[in-house]
Amino acid sequence: MKSAVLVFPGINRERDMARALKLISGQEPAMVWHADTALPAGTDLVVVPGGFSYGDYLRCGAIAGRAPIMDAVRKFAADGGLVLGVCNGFQILCESGLLPGVLVRNAALKFICRDVYLKVEHSNSPFTRGYNAGQIIRVPVAHGEGNYIADEETIRRLEGEGRVLYRYASPEGVVDPKWNFNGATNAICGITNDRGNVFGMMPHPENHVEAIMGRTDGRGLFSGLVEHLKQAA
Amino acid sequence: MKARVTVTLKSGVLDPQGKAIEGALRSLGISGVASVRQGKVFDIEIDGGDAAAAEAALKDAADKLLANTVIENYRVEVLP
Repeated sequence: MKSAVLVFPGINRERDMARALKLISGQEPAMVWHADTALPAGTDLVVVPGGFSYGDYLRCGAIAGRAPIMDAVRKFAADGGLVLGVCNGFQILCESGLLPGVLVRNAALKFICRDVYLKVEHSNSPFTRGYNAGQIIRVPVAHGEGNYIADEETIRRLEGEGRVLYRYASPEGVVDPKWNFNGATNAICGITNDRGNVFGMMPHPENHVEAIMGRTDGRGLFSGLVEHLKQAA
Repeated sequence: MKARVTVTLKSGVLDPQGKAIEGALRSLGISGVASVRQGKVFDIEIDGGDAAAAEAALKDAADKLLANTVIENYRVEVLP
């Protein structure tokens, strides 16, 4: 799996992401600067990592979403390429128009940095095939603006088309307001575009991939992508 | 030429910052505040004197960057 990790000023999770990608795919990802206008030839997966691109100025992800490299990412996605956005990367994908909706301030107004539980909605996506439907995974979050909202029609489509891949849940997999720590609509944690090749989520699966991190629940997301690309090849 | 773009949240979009400010105003004892919605103001200097062209350019700017029209409305004013 040949991956490209985008680097914007103010991004700070790109090295965690690169380490996880190398660990699981065996291949060192290319680090691609925001002002570049092309992705490396043969890229299989573009990853937009977490952090605080442009200091969250204007709106989270707003300025990065319009960076020169994003035109190349839009073209890559239009050609069916896989795009993964994590945390600020999810916000950037929403702001760039690659994903619908927007991430607004957490309902409780607090920056939340802790482990949360996610329920895998189904495993029929490159971004979930490393897990079983209904599986519960534990991964860290660290964000102040992770409260996903969109207009009613968009939410109806996301739900109806199986584009909500992960939801915030209890350790037993119960989805209720108590475990929806940031107030996201329908406890939505991660969604895909209509073609299913662009995916964004708020938590950091890349931070639970090695025993030394305490958990390895995040590995499935990356190993699923590796598996998907192997079968597609 | 001077211009101003005002960006406000659409009605119905939760505004936790506005709510927090509303609470702070109440705790300051400022009476009569029914509700607060927070927005943004951009004061922009425009080259040239064509007001219609400036307005069109700023609408483009608001659509492309200054506002996220999923959750925000905007208003463009070219000031005399």
